[in-house]
Amino acid sequence: MMAGRWPATGILLLGSAMLWPTSADAHLVSTGFGSFYDGVVHLALTPHDVLMVLGLALFAGLRGATTARALVCGLPIAWLCGGLLGMALPSGPDHPVASVISFTVVGALVAADLKLPQMAVLGLGCMAGLLHGYANGTSMAESYHGGLALAGTVTEVFIAMVLVSALVVSRRAEWERIAVRVGGSWIAAIGMLMVGWLARG
Amino acid sequence: MLGRENVGMKTTTSYPSMQAHAGRPTNWQLMALAVLVLLPATAHAHEEVGGATGFTSGFHHPISGIDHILAMVAVGLWGAQLGKPAIWMLPVAFPMMMACGGMLGLLGVPLPGVEIGIALSALVLGVLVLGHIRFPLWAAVAVVAVFAIFHGHAHGTELPPGSSAITYSIGFVIATGLLHAFGILIGLVQHWTAGKWTIRAAGGVVAAGGVYFLWMALA
Repeated sequence: MMAGRWPATGILLLGSAMLWPTSADAHLVSTGFGSFYDGVVHLALTPHDVLMVLGLALFAGLRGATTARALVCGLPIAWLCGGLLGMALPSGPDHPVASVISFTVVGALVAADLKLPQMAVLGLGCMAGLLHGYANGTSMAESYHGGLALAGTVTEVFIAMVLVSALVVSRRAEWERIAVRVGGSWIAAIGMLMVGWLARG
Repeated sequence: MLGRENVGMKTTTSYPSMQAHAGRPTNWQLMALAVLVLLPATAHAHEEVGGATGFTSGFHHPISGIDHILAMVAVGLWGAQLGKPAIWMLPVAFPMMMACGGMLGLLGVPLPGVEIGIALSALVLGVLVLGHIRFPLWAAVAVVAVFAIFHGHAHGTELPPGSSAITYSIGFVIATGLLHAFGILIGLVQHWTAGKWTIRAAGGVVAAGGVYFLWMALA
């Protein structure tokens, strides 16, 4: 009988402890989600970066599993290096046009389904990762926990690359691969419009 | 308890006019008020009308003009009639060339006869669908690409200045692509005999619309 009561009392105490109000500040505006998750959200709220990662993942997926695996590793590392560089040298040149042109080119490559060799795809991805990572780093340099935020962004880049490129690699039907190319043409079209916007000022 | 509640409800609903006269709103009046409050016309809190304020504005722009809609759906219909690979190549070519036209418009590069070109696009594409006319792939892509530049230029010069150009562009391109997809989906009915004639009739409607817009552009 004692053995039956103690678990119930223990559950009651545990429940009371979990309801202790000092721990109920998970969603306070002042604390936010934390620097790591701020970095995760930063990527999701930056369309230039989303289009870049999406375009590269689609392109890597079209080029096959081996190329996709290489870029899944290479892009986040390049993004991290670029981010660290941006945090160290935050007063570097601003490059919105380069950012737009980079995802426009990648979108056009997807649309054309250009058969680039693996090293060329990896090089392209690393250059894009450095460029966009640098932009992230400069914006995170002022934050006290900028390194943690950068880690969140790089993690998000890795996860997005893995999920999207794996999805594309596994597609075998012709119409599915064409749908991927249509997606690339949309990215390129967005980029071309953005070039016009930037030129207009 | 259940019995009392029922009695109470019955009493409340038996004399609505009496309650209204007494100054208290009835349930129907409250419900009507709630519906009025929820009318979507008041839900523009985060949208600046006419401004490039983001995805919604960009998405709305291509579908705001019937001439653009007819031409873009006609591209999908013609692609469906031509079959592979045109069914995919045309929707790839159109957004990219339309974006080129939009870029030219944004850069201020003049393009004469834009409205005439847009009207002609509906007319020509409608006739091509109506007549089930088949072109080689390169020629079909070229026709669509030329007309896409006119549509893009018109949109480019009409794009209002704003701070969220990237989300505007995303919405703009997605709406254009979905219009093509809509045309392709309609075009899939051509697998049936009646469906083939329906598509050709739809092409006739687009061509008639093109004649009307050409008349308006030249008038």
